[in-house]
Amino acid sequence: MTQLALVIDLNVCVGCHACVTSCKQWNTSGSAGPLTDDNPYGADPIGSFFNRVQTFEVGEYPATQTVHFPKSCLHCEDPPCVPVCPTGASYKRKEDGIVLVDYDKCIGCKYCSWACPYGAREIDEARQVMTKCTLCVDRITDTSLPEAERKPACVMACPTNARLFGDVHDPKSEVSQAIRERDGYELMPEWGTRPANRYLPRRQAD
Amino acid sequence: MQPAFSVIFLTVLIGAGQGLFLALFSCELSGFGTGQGERLALAQGGGLAILLSALGLVASFFHLGRPERAWRAAAMWRTSWLSREVIVLPMFMAICAGWALAHAAGWAGTRLIGVLAVVVCLALFVCTAMIYASLKFLQEWASKLTLLNYLLIGTASGTTLAAAFASFTAPRLVPALALAACLLTLVALAGRAASLVRNARLKPRSTIQSAIGVRNPVVRQRSQGFMGGSYNTREFFHGRSAQALRSIKWFFLAAGFVLPAVLLASLDPTRGVLLLSVVVQFAGLIAERWFFFAQANHPQNLYYQAVS
Repeated sequence: MTQLALVIDLNVCVGCHACVTSCKQWNTSGSAGPLTDDNPYGADPIGSFFNRVQTFEVGEYPATQTVHFPKSCLHCEDPPCVPVCPTGASYKRKEDGIVLVDYDKCIGCKYCSWACPYGAREIDEARQVMTKCTLCVDRITDTSLPEAERKPACVMACPTNARLFGDVHDPKSEVSQAIRERDGYELMPEWGTRPANRYLPRRQAD
Repeated sequence: MQPAFSVIFLTVLIGAGQGLFLALFSCELSGFGTGQGERLALAQGGGLAILLSALGLVASFFHLGRPERAWRAAAMWRTSWLSREVIVLPMFMAICAGWALAHAAGWAGTRLIGVLAVVVCLALFVCTAMIYASLKFLQEWASKLTLLNYLLIGTASGTTLAAAFASFTAPRLVPALALAACLLTLVALAGRAASLVRNARLKPRSTIQSAIGVRNPVVRQRSQGFMGGSYNTREFFHGRSAQALRSIKWFFLAAGFVLPAVLLASLDPTRGVLLLSVVVQFAGLIAERWFFFAQANHPQNLYYQAVS
């Protein structure tokens, strides 16, 4: 069984937000409808994004490190957001493990977002349906694109190659090797959601 | 969490409606409802329970982004407690309507319909409470006490309402109902106090370390990635001070439980006192439900601790 996922290398992410903007650009232009912003030029603008880059400071000064931390849906193997959905709009694809929302079935009750410990889902204020990272499902399955470009927009945009994409169930894939050899870890393992996306920890500098 | 008034009104109103039905049916089981006037009183009371449930149902629609698609919510009853609630609530209203109608028309078999309505009514309490109690990482909710409190608060407020209702339609029931409402309110207070004590001792299982997977004991967020707001910063934060939360807690303990219990315990509760109990308790329980939502600390908030 295939499980597509991202592996994010915290050693090389420089926090440039290119993945954020390319994600927004791709997903606001897609066939699934725009990713709208609410009150974009007003005093209190908000927008929906499928991907964010956050920054954390680790350690006590002067022994500190800055960790840039990209955050998007982790496409859990046991996604808590799916069984709670009353309409079946929230689902996990059998063929590739991507967790998706059927925007035509979603009633905007927000229960799935409550059921996601990571805060990976955002309501679209204009369409009033729940939205989330699709792993650019319309891109990675588009056979009219050259094979090298059948990757999520964030992966294509990353200038430091901090984002790897592939099948984490295929032991020979680049992502599986990276997880194996570099101790790729899960976020909030305490909830048993088994996130498919993994993060590669910082390596000790010599 | 940011409390949503649609859900607050939904849960408080249907809880009171369910409790009202349970109180009325208890009256029937204890021998009330033999004459035509008494049966009419039960029918009217059943109508009031349906009205409260219907108002709750209407309130719930305001929670939906796409209310016109609400019918779809009955689909996933195998896995979703919300879906189960969507099915069981109209079912309760329908059976309760059958029970009220049977009383109004003077038909036999009201006790049989009533027992069926009790089963569905209890199932509805379970569905409503499990929507919250089943979310294991919302640790304030993930407890059997959530289930207990939805049941106790619903029955207590419904019985208070039944006592006030009886003061208009069946005065001889008032002393017993007022006493029952007083006792149930005190039991509900004990249940709610137990959950407050439990929640005050909770230790969050998720930490900033587990959220980003860094073991260092000192981790500070320097940027959440954007300057404006987002769904994540609006939906999951109540935005009130700890002081405000404490005030609301004391208000709901007083207005939702202590004051109504004192009023109901008065030796000869008049119509005015009973109506006052209903109004005070309703206000208190709205605050109780607000607090229930606000107190739940969502682990996603760990990712939104600093704008920049």
